[in-house]
Amino acid sequence: MARADVAAERSASRATSSGSVTLSGVTRRFGDMVAVDGLDIDVADGEFLVLLGPSGCGKSTALRMIAGLDVPDEGTVAIGGVDVTDVLASDRDVAMVFQSYALYPHMTVRRNIEFPLRNRKVPRADRDSAVAEASRMLGLDDLLDRRPSQLSGGQRQRVALARAVVRQPAVFLMDEPLSNLDAKLRVQTRAELIELQRRLAVTTIYVTHDQVEAMTMGHRIAVMVAGVLQQVGPPGEVYDKPANVFVAGFIGNPPMNLLTASVPSSAVGKSDDVDPAALMVGPDRVMVPAALARAAVDATETEVVVGVRPENVRLATDEGLPVTVTLIESLGHERHLVCATADGQSVIVRVDPSVPQPHPGDPLCLAWNPEDVHLFSGADGRRLAP
Amino acid sequence: MTRDAVAPGSEHLPTARLRTHRGRRRRDAALAYLLVSPSLVIFTVFVAYPFGRNIWLGLYRTPPFPGLPRRYAAYEQYQQILTSPEFVASLRTTALFLLMTVPTGLALGLLLAVAAHQRLRGIAIYRTIFSSTVATSIAVASVIFFTLLNPQVGLLTWWLGREGQPSVLADPQWALVAVSGVTVWQNLGLSFILMSAGLQAVPDDLLEAASVDGAGPWSRLVNVTLPMLSPTLFFSAVVGGILSLQAFGQIDLLTEGGPLRKTNVLVYAMYDAVFRQNNEGKAAVLSVALFGLTLLLTLVQIRLLERRVTYER
Repeated sequence: MARADVAAERSASRATSSGSVTLSGVTRRFGDMVAVDGLDIDVADGEFLVLLGPSGCGKSTALRMIAGLDVPDEGTVAIGGVDVTDVLASDRDVAMVFQSYALYPHMTVRRNIEFPLRNRKVPRADRDSAVAEASRMLGLDDLLDRRPSQLSGGQRQRVALARAVVRQPAVFLMDEPLSNLDAKLRVQTRAELIELQRRLAVTTIYVTHDQVEAMTMGHRIAVMVAGVLQQVGPPGEVYDKPANVFVAGFIGNPPMNLLTASVPSSAVGKSDDVDPAALMVGPDRVMVPAALARAAVDATETEVVVGVRPENVRLATDEGLPVTVTLIESLGHERHLVCATADGQSVIVRVDPSVPQPHPGDPLCLAWNPEDVHLFSGADGRRLAP
Repeated sequence: MTRDAVAPGSEHLPTARLRTHRGRRRRDAALAYLLVSPSLVIFTVFVAYPFGRNIWLGLYRTPPFPGLPRRYAAYEQYQQILTSPEFVASLRTTALFLLMTVPTGLALGLLLAVAAHQRLRGIAIYRTIFSSTVATSIAVASVIFFTLLNPQVGLLTWWLGREGQPSVLADPQWALVAVSGVTVWQNLGLSFILMSAGLQAVPDDLLEAASVDGAGPWSRLVNVTLPMLSPTLFFSAVVGGILSLQAFGQIDLLTEGGPLRKTNVLVYAMYDAVFRQNNEGKAAVLSVALFGLTLLLTLVQIRLLERRVTYER
């Protein structure tokens, strides 16, 4: 499609669905490695979507394909309902904030911010007012004549944001923009970013490996592992009902405890007469609700994964799963007990520091409420129930 | 703690064996001078002394016949030679040569480097070809072009449509251009390598950011690549300028300063003064002038160009 057509079509559709982003079956390979595998995502206009995943999971590659810095081997990318798969980055209506900020070191802050406008031949007066507006919004008024090398990390970050904001693009793309900031500044900037996005209501796709950022910032989270989209949903849903063991183990800090349990062969297939304590972790029985036990049995699998979040595990004296304390980590406001089951699987328990503490080597019993248990397939890790 | 206090646990160490910061500094300084001394000796013998001696030599008139005493002329010889039409013509030739070689060399080196900076299959072959002229000596380059420009069999002569006419090297109008061309060709490999190294150091994410910011290829080149390359361009301009001012081999081999002294650059004029005219005094004056010119050019380049250079990353 010719440039003019794309621009015309986009401006025509701007009023209705200007900033929606749709990836359909997007695949990108580097040699034998599949970086992104058949990615399907729909991002609504004005939505804040977080692409979350461990490093190397393909989330940055996906973002680069939306930006036009990389081209999919298969599938299509549409912005505002227009197929832009083959459109150059410079002709897409997107702005991007890079992890390194990628500020032009030889330009002043003002020149950096107005660079996108200069490229679009915006008249000088409009340029000046847009730069003034963006720099006021991000508190850069006093820094306009400085060079990036004279700024702190947080200030550079704000310049990068101003450069993205100034053009009023259809979509913001952000590639781990907070990861080069120190912990305190990161928390503060995170809040500012959320506020900015809600105020401008511009579609934002935000890549991070930090689940705290994902949980706090996004309207929805898309979790990617090894190039494959695992789950898309609001933060609460992803946290409460992880679609598989990857998501369960990735979201939450400390992550969800995942215990491999065996289904006794005598119980397989007999869901009518199920024993709520039929699953075995090593030599010990593990209590799961009858419905879950039935699901495990129905799945006709010999092995399942029982998931319990560390904050849902309580210390019990006599009943529950017997473990031995191996390590105690104190974080000040809370403590993490690292325990080992009889067959050597690790369980982390989050405890209040005010209660009497066990010592490494102490035997304990761990218990949890039936509704806090997640059950996953032992074969492919997918969620079985509820 | 007082000076005499002994750190706990060190009572059994003999005080005389304790090493001090002051002692270390003294030993470091001694080592530093030792390491610098070979360079210092070489610099003194081959640069500083000849330089001083040269200025002194320029103060004496060389006798017309060997064996006669040289005559002290003070600054008179400097004044006479530096105002002579011959010197002014040579200076003009040198300036023209500089203008024809340095900007062209920079531009062509940059062009080739940008062309070879693509991720294309087989691009390494082109990189090798483009940088290959560094492996040729100026003598080899001169012989190659002498053959190419041969009035009877030269390929370039044929291309230029000059069969049956005198060689361009014998044409007063074109000789300097031809010699400049050879010089540009010979320096192109170095220029290409410098520019390629500079290009590799331009961060990819800056160029990508520029793409997303709506910059096309030309805008990226002008607004990102060239400014990021400015230290390399500056360095290449200074070094290229100095190399051009020192050009001798190609002129000696191709034109011997002619025709009609149209390629008589300062270095060749110096050579001519010593070995053809046996006039050491004149050559000394010319070499001092060349030194002054090189210094001046470099200072001007630093003043004019370095302001535009960004070293920030």
